[in-house]
Parts: sequence; C-alpha cells; structure tokens
Amino acid sequence: MKQLMTGNDAMAEAAIQAGCRYYFGYPITPQNEFTAYMARHMPQVGGTFIQSESEIAAINMVMGASAAGGRAMTSSSSPGISLKQEGISYIAGDQLPAVILNVVRGGPGLGNIAPAQCDYFQATRGGGHGDYRCIVLAPSTVQEGTELIQDAFDLAEKYRNPVLILSDGRMGQMMEPVEFKPRPKVETPPKDYILTGKKGRERRIIRSLFLKEPELEAWNKIIQEKLMKIEENEIRYETKMVEDADLILIAYGTCARNSKEALRTLREKGRKVGVFRPITLWPFPYYALSEVVRGARAALVVEMSAGQMVEDVYLAVKGTRPIFFYGRMGGIVPSATEIVQQSEKIFTEKM
Amino acid sequence: MQTTKSHPKSLFPVSTHYCAGCGHGIVHRMIAETFDELGIQDRTIGVAPVGCSVLMYNYIDVDTIEAAHGRAPATATGLKRVRPDCIVFTYQGDGDLASIGTAEIIHAANRGENFTTVFINNAIYGMTGGQMAPTTLIGQKTETSPYGRKSENEGYPLRACEMLATLEAPYYIERVSVATPAKIRKAKKAIFKAFKYQVEGRGFTFVEVVSTCPTNWGMSPTDAMKWSEEYMEKAFPLGVFRDRGAEKDKTETGADK
Repeated sequence: MKQLMTGNDAMAEAAIQAGCRYYFGYPITPQNEFTAYMARHMPQVGGTFIQSESEIAAINMVMGASAAGGRAMTSSSSPGISLKQEGISYIAGDQLPAVILNVVRGGPGLGNIAPAQCDYFQATRGGGHGDYRCIVLAPSTVQEGTELIQDAFDLAEKYRNPVLILSDGRMGQMMEPVEFKPRPKVETPPKDYILTGKKGRERRIIRSLFLKEPELEAWNKIIQEKLMKIEENEIRYETKMVEDADLILIAYGTCARNSKEALRTLREKGRKVGVFRPITLWPFPYYALSEVVRGARAALVVEMSAGQMVEDVYLAVKGTRPIFFYGRMGGIVPSATEIVQQSEKIFTEKM
Repeated sequence: MQTTKSHPKSLFPVSTHYCAGCGHGIVHRMIAETFDELGIQDRTIGVAPVGCSVLMYNYIDVDTIEAAHGRAPATATGLKRVRPDCIVFTYQGDGDLASIGTAEIIHAANRGENFTTVFINNAIYGMTGGQMAPTTLIGQKTETSPYGRKSENEGYPLRACEMLATLEAPYYIERVSVATPAKIRKAKKAIFKAFKYQVEGRGFTFVEVVSTCPTNWGMSPTDAMKWSEEYMEKAFPLGVFRDRGAEKDKTETGADK
C-alpha cells in the first residue's frame, strides 16, 4: 500500500525497517523531520535515540555503536556534515560500517536551508583527512530514497565502509507516495571484528593508528583493494532514451527529475535528447557514462552547484565530446524550462 | 607459601613505553588489578585516547577501540548503548578531556551514561612535546607558554571534577594522586569503586588522577612527584566530589541523623 510521506519521514521509516536500531543526531534544517521521526519511533522498536550535544559527538556515537556491532546511523545537513568529517575519516580508517544521510542545503558557510548539490566534492572525494572514499548514493525520488537507505546498511556492512546518502532540502521536505516493499534478507559477512569483551576468544582492537610506516601502508592497501572491489561491483546508474540521442543530459538527484521533464519537452520538439543519471556518485559510473556520451554528439551537465560532478564527467569523457554545464547556486533548482533553453542553445549554436 | 601479590592477569607482562616517573604505568596497573578483582576483564571494552596512552592496548588486555582526540565519551556512549552488559571505560588525558573534548565529557556525564572515565591530569601535553594544557598551572612554563601561563592571556587551570560535580547525573566523582604509595593505595580504591558502581549499573563514574610528566616538566621523577604534591595538588585538591553510593549508605543506616 502506498502512503504519502515526506522524504525525511519515509527514509527514517525505511532505515528502521532495515534494522537500524541506533540513531544519533543533532538538529539542523532541512533534515529535522528525520531526527524527529527517529525520536518518535526508535523507542517503539526497542532502539536507541540520542540527541547528541553536537554533530561531532553524533558521528562518534555511531562509531562506538558500530564497533559494538549495532546498526547505527546519523543524519544532518551540509554544515553539520562538515563537522562529522573527522569521525567519518576515523570510521573509514577503522573499517567500520556506518550510514550517514546528508540532506544537502545551500552553502558555503551557513548558506541557507534551500536544496543544493554543492557537497558533491566533499561527499565523493572522502571529505575528511586521509585516503578513503565513502560509498555515495543519490536518490531522485522519495521511493528511491527509501530503497537506497536500506541498501546503504547492507553495503556498509558488506564492505565495512561508511555509506553516505545525498538527499537535498527539496527531497527531504516534499511528499510523494511511497511503498515499503518487503525486502529479501541480504547476507552480510559475519561481524568478526566487533567489540563485545574478549570472553572465549582473543581480544580485539579497532584502530587506525599504525606508527610503523610499512604497517600503515599495508593497512591503506587493504582499504584501497576494498575500494577497488566496490568500484567493480557497486556502480549504479539509470539511462533514459540515450540510444539515439544527440545530446545527453547528465544529472543526479533533484536535477535528474527536472532533466527528465526537460527531456519530454525536447523530444516533443523533435530534439534527440537522453538522460544519464548516476545513482552511485562514488563509485562514479565513468565507463558507462563515457560509452553513452561517445554515442552522442555532446552532453549537458545540470547541477545545483557551481560545477562539481561535471569534473567527473570530464574525467569520464576525456575530451572526446564537448561537455556543457548549467548550474544554479544559492539553493535554486534549475527548472525544466531552463534546462530546455540551455539544450536548445546547444542544438542551435554548438552543434 | 602463599602468593599475596602477583602481576595482574589483565595486564600484559611487558615493559611500557612510558618515561620513568610517568603516572600512566601506575594507573594502568590499578585498572588491570580492578578488572581482575571484579572479574570483568572478559566483558570490558576500553576506549583509548589520543596522546601517550593511545597505546594503552599494548598493556591492558581487553577489547579496545581508539577514539578521536576528545571524542572518547561519545564513542563510549555508542559502545555502552549497544552493549549494556559490557563494562566500558575511557582513559583520557588533560588535553583530550579538558580541552578538545569538553563538550563530549560534560554531556556524557550529564546523560549519566553508565561508563567510567579515568582522567589523567598532568598539566601538560605529553606526546606532542610539552605544550600548555587547560590544566597547566599559573606560571608553569611549557612549549606554548614559554614565559609561564598567565591568567590574563590563557585563563586559569580548568578543574574537571568541580565542573562535573555541578551536574545532577554523575554518580561518583573523585580526584586522587599517584605521588606517594599511600596516595596510590587511595587512588586504587577510587578506581575500584568507580568500576564497581558501573558493574552495579549506577551511572556515570569519574576518577581524576593528578599525575606527572617528568620529561616535559623538565624534572627528575623524584622531583616531579614532589612538584605534583606541592603544586598540582594545591591547584587540584584531592577528594570525593560526589558519591551517591555513600550518600545512599548514610541515608539507609541513618548515620547522618
């Protein structure tokens, strides 16, 4: 049965249904409904909810809970996610699972509370100090948000790596029909690293400190090999009408919705346009994207930023096709009309 | 012949990397003895800090996680909430607990989290090479207060026990010293009590140990112990700041009537 829910509420419910029983968070707009939902519902399922003293404390509580074997998560919005970067780096360095939701808002600094995609670099390049990456999932509908947040817990445990979900102010606040589908149980590896007290076994240490250089390099290599496996196995993307397209619109999340709407208008006008939507922002679908763009004449990247994902598109396409960029900042969502106008300009002036 | 004292089971039989006259080794041993006496080694999880004692897991034989600088009480909160039957403790220095981690310790204490914090106060940053700590004494010279700490510029030594004792939730708060054998025996009792209360599920327990750092104080171990007694203990008076267990005993026995 479908229910009408906001993205924040629906994703919180989905997280609980995925077995998340430990939630730690600090208030920040536009993600507050998520925290409030957890506060209301965690006690009903025997879970733990703590409003932490800061975002820094919240992510470190997640680290402790995860080290003890709990399914734990935190959520925040851009400025709060900046504060969590220290903890995310430690979680990655400790190789612990964790799920972090970023309901992105306008930046830099305090910015505003409107939807944005200006945290792409922070999300996909690691974000904190050291060589690591988070798996980054970018839903474009509330329904997809519920499914991806559930996958996030499994991916985090499968790879013992932090998973970041990039929502945005619009997706968090808007209501859409959602259905919580029964989910097959996903097999995740046994948690043979968690801290429970050493009874009946060798004691365990969870750490990221390796004072001897070769030991730290070896540890880094283990992390990098794991990341390569993630790149091999976990890339996700969606394409729409790319087969015969002259122009590929490349967008994720909220921008992908408006790009699809623009696609309909442009196709009605006889313009051959397709949409490529990365669902995993890391690992980024470099190869698939490059194949699609090479099959067309040009691409237009649409973002709610000054141009961040566009750099990954350059890396994918490697100069073989002209890449155009259209971005809005300050919490402004590029409308379908604007995307149509930009596309028309490319068709008439550049092709 | 009867064995009256042996090496604690919870402490690895190795020599430590700590300098001569440093308090860490003494406190590690007291914690390990406590684990043996309470029989909790097998269900204890330690949270190691940043600083000289980050390597405490090389000495204390329990499940351990490292925390980021100052964040140990938040990490311990997560651990304890998932494993309420485990005994969880943080071991933190003065920079860790009283500077970068003030928010985390205050709020974990204020929530009454049922774990134990052992706070080592030696009034200086050890591992980074002798910088000023929040607990550095007025006039004390360090790498970053080379002319001596001045209250006009750096404020006053921060008193963690007194500060935490303003909160309702903490169950037990005591400050002890390791400057003499008699004081060490007292310190051991405090550490034992803190963990015993945790085993009983009483709530947040906190033991501050006034310690030494002869290397960064630029003193011999003997002089450091003397200096600790003469100056540190003046700025950081020893004693019990909160003991809800003792209050309860008093009420029950009517001893205060």
